[in-house]
Amino acid sequence: MLKIYNDGKRITVSLDGDIDHHAAREIRTALDDIIFRSRPELLVLNMENVGFMDSSGIGLILGRMKAMKAVGGDILIKNARSEIADIIKLSGLSSLIVTKTTT
Amino acid sequence: MKKILLNECLLRFPALSRNESLSRSAAASFAMQCDPTVEETAAVKTAVSEAVTNAIVHGYRNSKGNIEMILQLYEGNLLKITIRDRGCGIPDIKAAMEPEFSTAPPEEERSGLGFTVMESFMDKVRVRSSKGKGTAVTLEKTIIGK
Ligand SMILES: Nc1ncnc2c1ncn2[C@@H]1O[C@H](COP(=O)(O)OP(=O)(O)OP(=O)(O)O)[C@@H](O)[C@H]1O
Ligand SMILES: [Mg+2]
Repeated sequence: MLKIYNDGKRITVSLDGDIDHHAAREIRTALDDIIFRSRPELLVLNMENVGFMDSSGIGLILGRMKAMKAVGGDILIKNARSEIADIIKLSGLSSLIVTKTTT
Repeated sequence: MKKILLNECLLRFPALSRNESLSRSAAASFAMQCDPTVEETAAVKTAVSEAVTNAIVHGYRNSKGNIEMILQLYEGNLLKITIRDRGCGIPDIKAAMEPEFSTAPPEEERSGLGFTVMESFMDKVRVRSSKGKGTAVTLEKTIIGK
């Protein structure tokens, strides 16, 4: 489910499949485990292989944003396909989306 | 003038989260006969997922039951999808449809954006509900296609 590239301060996690209410719980546990164990400065969620996301994904992202704040870090989202980016924007989280693939 | 009903399918499934993906795949398959664009298919899947998830997490919060999904195609590529539960119902529909309104406890991490997502992806969203009896959400979209 998750591939992690860790350079100490920055962790990139590649999510895949569908992010819905059913899948969210497992992803949440896995991400919180990474956040509170590694306490990265930046958590990047690579959405390249995510085919579907609904508002359960928004709750998931908001929750991880709070978790990252709690450890003093930030969260970014990259490679979200357009429909998913639209939902993220609807929720007012567009500032989390990185357009250039530098991370 | 009333539009002619060209196709209708009924799907009934237990209100379990594992069935969320089935429900949106079924809706996408039904929509295929309109030759939708990738964006239109994604819109239908997302709206259906919102309504079905709501039936599971809110409607059947304190009970068990089935969800019914009625898929209808009317002439002019008008798609109507109704998602119905026999759960707790919504006391104030207008309030429930406001962005960021949610009755879920914080640990469930719900953002209260489900109805907002449905409304932004579909042409029309109609909600009927009565307390203790259940909720029916009807999603409408005219598929323009490729
Ligand atoms: N089928 C339903 N049965 C009972 N209550 C419902 C139903 N659908 C929605 N609601 C009520 O309407 C509120 C708003 O729904 P909406 O989908 O917009 O947000 P949410 O489900 O709380 O959060 P999100 O969808 O962003 O995860 C819910 O919190 C719930 O109180
Ligand atoms: Mg919802």
